Amino acid sequence: MSVVTADLSPSFSVPRHAGAIAVLAVAYLVVPFLGSSYLFEAILLPFLALSLAGVGLNLLTGYAGQVSLGSAAFMAVGAFAAYNFNLRVDALPLAVSIVLAGLSAAAIGIVFGLPSLRLRGFYLAVSTLAAQFFVQWALTKFSWFSNNSASGVIDAPPLSLAGFSFEGPVGRYLFALTVVAVLTFLAFRLVSSQTGRNFIAVRDNETAARIIGVPVLRTKLLAFGVSSFIIGVAGVLWAFAYLRTVEPAGFNLDRSFQILFIVIIGGLASIRGAFFGAALIVVFPLVLSRLGSFLLGDVFDSGVLDMTQRIVIGAFIILFLVLEPDGLVALWDRLKSRITAAVRRV
Amino acid sequence: MSASNYLLAGLSGEVAIPPDIAEHLSLRNAPAAQPTLRTDASLALELRGIDLSFGGVVALKEVDLAVRHGEIRAIIGPNGAGKSSLINVISGVYRPDRGHVAINGAPYQPVPTHKLARLGVARTFQNLALFKGLSVLDNVATGRAYAGRTNFLSQIIGLPNARREQANARERARSVIDFLHLTPYLDRLAGTLPYGLQKRVELARALAAEPRILLLDEPMAGMTATEKNELADYVRLAREEYGITVVLIEHDIGVVMGLSDRIAVLDYGRKIADGTPQEIASDQRVIDAYLGVPPENEDGEGI
Repeated sequence: MSVVTADLSPSFSVPRHAGAIAVLAVAYLVVPFLGSSYLFEAILLPFLALSLAGVGLNLLTGYAGQVSLGSAAFMAVGAFAAYNFNLRVDALPLAVSIVLAGLSAAAIGIVFGLPSLRLRGFYLAVSTLAAQFFVQWALTKFSWFSNNSASGVIDAPPLSLAGFSFEGPVGRYLFALTVVAVLTFLAFRLVSSQTGRNFIAVRDNETAARIIGVPVLRTKLLAFGVSSFIIGVAGVLWAFAYLRTVEPAGFNLDRSFQILFIVIIGGLASIRGAFFGAALIVVFPLVLSRLGSFLLGDVFDSGVLDMTQRIVIGAFIILFLVLEPDGLVALWDRLKSRITAAVRRV
Repeated sequence: MSASNYLLAGLSGEVAIPPDIAEHLSLRNAPAAQPTLRTDASLALELRGIDLSFGGVVALKEVDLAVRHGEIRAIIGPNGAGKSSLINVISGVYRPDRGHVAINGAPYQPVPTHKLARLGVARTFQNLALFKGLSVLDNVATGRAYAGRTNFLSQIIGLPNARREQANARERARSVIDFLHLTPYLDRLAGTLPYGLQKRVELARALAAEPRILLLDEPMAGMTATEKNELADYVRLAREEYGITVVLIEHDIGVVMGLSDRIAVLDYGRKIADGTPQEIASDQRVIDAYLGVPPENEDGEGI
């Protein structure tokens, strides 16, 4: 496989900084006024939650090189922890519950990251499956986590941050957008720091990293912790802002794979990649379903749709791994540089 | 006996291991009869009675080596003589079966790899071990990772001490990169550079750590004659500029003869000669090891 490039620059280069600000400006000032509630409920909210989970997993897998199949479990920990903090501690501000939920996910993540000190690659991936099954089992088995609800389903509390209430699809969208923007910015800061370079050093050559004095064990556990923190907060968004009612079964292995695919398709070791990948994963099934029912009519029912989705996404992943291991981000950058070159020539 | 070491180490401001603990550490695997701890603080690096075997294969047998401060010390030998094993013992990648390594007078068995950089030892690798996904500047700056004191939170927030640390690492990296004439490649990903340059980036990463002892594992392997001479010049310059001690493994005797102050020769895991280049060049055992010995009964009589 080709070299996984690090998507970071020593200082914030002007165009990228400007690009991020422009995207944020549109997201805050334009999008809330033009979309239908369908756009927010079915596209933007899952997109934001999955993007954030992708950013979290990318820190671990893309930057620090530790493969994890437990992402959905850390999302579940975040969602259920936030629910319980909110329920059981009186007058706890939502922001504090979210941070505590992230920290709970980080703690679980570090525990399940301990095998990474001994295991690598596929073996580590399999050991993170333990997190996936254990967390789902624990949340179903002990009904305390879901406040003794018979089905294990939890309902989201009303969303409010610093006195502002975020009601309705647009409100929840703005809430999710704010959380995602803040955490993405922090993740971006992290990968351009010495710690971020240590992540890549551990990924690219662990022995060399140890010999030059990178604290390898601490770096790996930190990667698990920070990654799980972000994925946990993504789980809170998934539960509180997007679905509003969730059960443990919603955070199954399929979800973990989905997040891993987001990272692979979007681009390993790239913060932006997570957003590209999530956009594809969220929008693509909708496009496919519209297209299928338009072309094939009634034959294209939900069963066929589901199978078609799996087949096409699977084919996408193979294609990306073979043709563009650096993901959509690399495609995008190449396109951009071509356009710039063409414009300059004119 | 080691009290003087302790004292000396204390005077020079390093973290010294109390003598009794150090003795205990290094004697754990050593046979009781052997007095292993006669370390000499005037030496930058000292190996005593190193034995190393992998299963039944003996890689090193009773190897002693003394490296003085500021010298360029070469270790040569035919393929499979145990040269790389020796470097790996010094840097703690391999744990010797017997014997100990003393770094600046403090004995270790085995050498703690994760503290190596703090002990003032940096190394390069026979097969390139750069971080392919980082730029040349970031690779070299990571050579200063051991000096990091700030945690990830202060780096994210950008607290003054984290900023200063980052700036210092970058500044040091830039000056080393400039010294090795790598400035044109500053922002290139290390993995995309040609082989000879990657070797030089690895040297830069090692020098960025400001080591007192630099271990070079076949730094010239696979290079053209011109590149070899160029790198030899850099090694010589680095010693003058930074005042470091260099331990160098090399295949090419020609380059080594001109570059090093003293040479140790390994063959089949044993040290067969040790001395100045002139002494080595005229040593019959070395010539035998390199060129082979004529068989004694060429006609095959009695076989």
